[in-house]
Amino acid sequence: MEIFGIPIQAMMGQLLIGLINGSFYALLSLGLAVIFGLLNIINFAHGAQYMLGAFGAYLLLNKLGLGYWWSLLIVPLVVGATGVVIERTMLSRLYKLDHLYGLLLTFGLALIIQGLFRNEYGSTGLPYSMPEQLQGGVNLGFMFLPIYRGWVIIASLVVCLATWYVIERTKLGGYLRAATENPQIVQAFGINVPRMITLTYGFGVALAALAGVMAAPIYQVSPQMGADLIIVVFAVVVIGGMGSIMGAIVTGFGLGLIEGLTKVFYPEASTTVIFIIMTIVLLIRPAGLFGTQK
Amino acid sequence: MKRTLLCSLLAGMGLITATAAQAQVSDNVVKIGVLGDMSGLYSDISGQGSVLAAKMAVEDFQKSNKPNFKIEVVSADHQNKPDVGSNIARQWYDTDKVDVIVDVPTSSVALAVSQVTREKGKAMLVSGGGSSDLTGKDCSPNTIHWAYDTWMLANGTGSAIVKNGGNTWFFLTSDYAFGHALERDTEAVVLKNGGKVLGKVRHPTGTQDFSSFLLQAQSSKAKIIGLANAGGDTINAIKQASEFGIVKGGQNLAGLLIFLSDIHGIGLEKAQGLFLTETFYWDMNEGTRQWSRRFASALKAKHPTMTHAGVYSAVLHYLKAVDAGKTDDGTKTIAQMKTMPTDDPLFGKGSIRADGRKIHPAYLFEVKKPSESKNPYDYYKLRATIPAEQAFRPMAEGNCPLVAKK
Repeated sequence: MEIFGIPIQAMMGQLLIGLINGSFYALLSLGLAVIFGLLNIINFAHGAQYMLGAFGAYLLLNKLGLGYWWSLLIVPLVVGATGVVIERTMLSRLYKLDHLYGLLLTFGLALIIQGLFRNEYGSTGLPYSMPEQLQGGVNLGFMFLPIYRGWVIIASLVVCLATWYVIERTKLGGYLRAATENPQIVQAFGINVPRMITLTYGFGVALAALAGVMAAPIYQVSPQMGADLIIVVFAVVVIGGMGSIMGAIVTGFGLGLIEGLTKVFYPEASTTVIFIIMTIVLLIRPAGLFGTQK
Repeated sequence: MKRTLLCSLLAGMGLITATAAQAQVSDNVVKIGVLGDMSGLYSDISGQGSVLAAKMAVEDFQKSNKPNFKIEVVSADHQNKPDVGSNIARQWYDTDKVDVIVDVPTSSVALAVSQVTREKGKAMLVSGGGSSDLTGKDCSPNTIHWAYDTWMLANGTGSAIVKNGGNTWFFLTSDYAFGHALERDTEAVVLKNGGKVLGKVRHPTGTQDFSSFLLQAQSSKAKIIGLANAGGDTINAIKQASEFGIVKGGQNLAGLLIFLSDIHGIGLEKAQGLFLTETFYWDMNEGTRQWSRRFASALKAKHPTMTHAGVYSAVLHYLKAVDAGKTDDGTKTIAQMKTMPTDDPLFGKGSIRADGRKIHPAYLFEVKKPSESKNPYDYYKLRATIPAEQAFRPMAEGNCPLVAKK
């Protein structure tokens, strides 16, 4: 059986691959959406922080001999902590100003971080091996699925849904959302709003770092990896609706799928298709698919 | 010895030297512009290493020839964008008094800068860019193509593989001038040797994820998956191919353009057994080792790629030609370079053809197993040497308008 001249088996394979790529998009755009939704900061350093995650995994393995599983735990904490420092020392001074200042600051930070790593490690990138437990693959009949990719899809789904649940369904999430609506009143209830905001930024950054650790065995650990991805991820967030958690997750996976299909039918356009969709969505729904007009 | 050679050359080139004798090096400075990728995908192949190689050539030339003119080296980042590259070239030629542009990886940029160089009557020595069109339909009296080109890669790696039984191919091609040229040249070799091309995919440059393309290659059942791309794209493709069990499943990869720095980045574990063609490897002989040690000690122990070696060799020969011709006029110097035989420790003895193609031997290497490699950068085993006269496309087949058709 064929769909538009492509055997259905090959099509299934492509869809699965699209879903896996989508899980990276979802994880990264989720962090961005959390930071924008709750802090109103357009975090352009997100790509660099994702790259830091991958380098963190590489350095832990090569300098301290700590493998992948430790990296999954330690790296997000450490990189998240650098996020806390950045928020305390720099971003917190910008909240009263226009969005643009946050964007410019984080963009500058990204360029500096990437430049430093490129100087030190070159552009070719560094090898990072897969953990032994996740090597190999399963023959699904229609395609060969590397176990590691299967793991990525499950892990990121769990993280995404847990984050959504915390923010939308728990008391803590309720405080957070209230604090962004009206910080004065929330503060009056005895809740430390500035600390909550700091930790939120740290959490968003940690999500980027986690995605970086998960990406390290698939892609080269390279200073450029974040810069290549960040524009796409921004498009995902814009399509989903800036700040919408569910929007980020759903469009992340969805656009991964669409990109995967484009790679079959017209591969040359696979990097552009997301921006074409972005244009169409913005024309029809300026606030994004899941966004609400403020 | 040097003087007799020079005299015979001068005598032979009566017409050129007659005008050159009056000409002089403009404002007594020869300015070399290294135009490379300083920050992107190809910056380990070109980048700071090319600047260093150019400076080493200047140093060596000054020591041996004691010229009566000054030499300066400047550099810039073309970001792999043809418009950025040609703008820098224009500014260099028009206001910054640059006489020659070297390196220029990324074929689309190299072709654009070659055009500007021709308009301005300056000189260009390409060692980073690969498209064989630079000495074919787009050849120019102001450009010399140095280290390698797509025709050479295709014939070196391609024909060796087809002859060893790899007769069905699927191409993963980078979607720009270089990838198209490499795919075209390799396809011709495959067909000529009785092979078949079962399919091809053109992917955007700088693609992170190759899994979709690899799945297509896998389902084509082709014996060989030809990687007509470069740098980070090739690395990601090789790395992800191992993840999808491509080689274990009986298909093989052919890296059509792989540099030493790429192998270093992939690691021998994943790269072992790959066949590749280069015109320079640091561990060939005493001359190349000595030069490469000097290079590595100045650049964080990184070893030179064939692009870096090409920049050194090209700049050295260029300076000799300026000295011999007593002018830094671009068109004249390029003509002068073509009349002089080349000789340096990196590529040995060679020559430059009328279409601008620098001629030297090429080598087919196999990447060592991790157990065979004793030191960092000890990566290649020599499998075959392709003699200079066979390594590059015969001039008559290139359709270069500079060369009269017979």
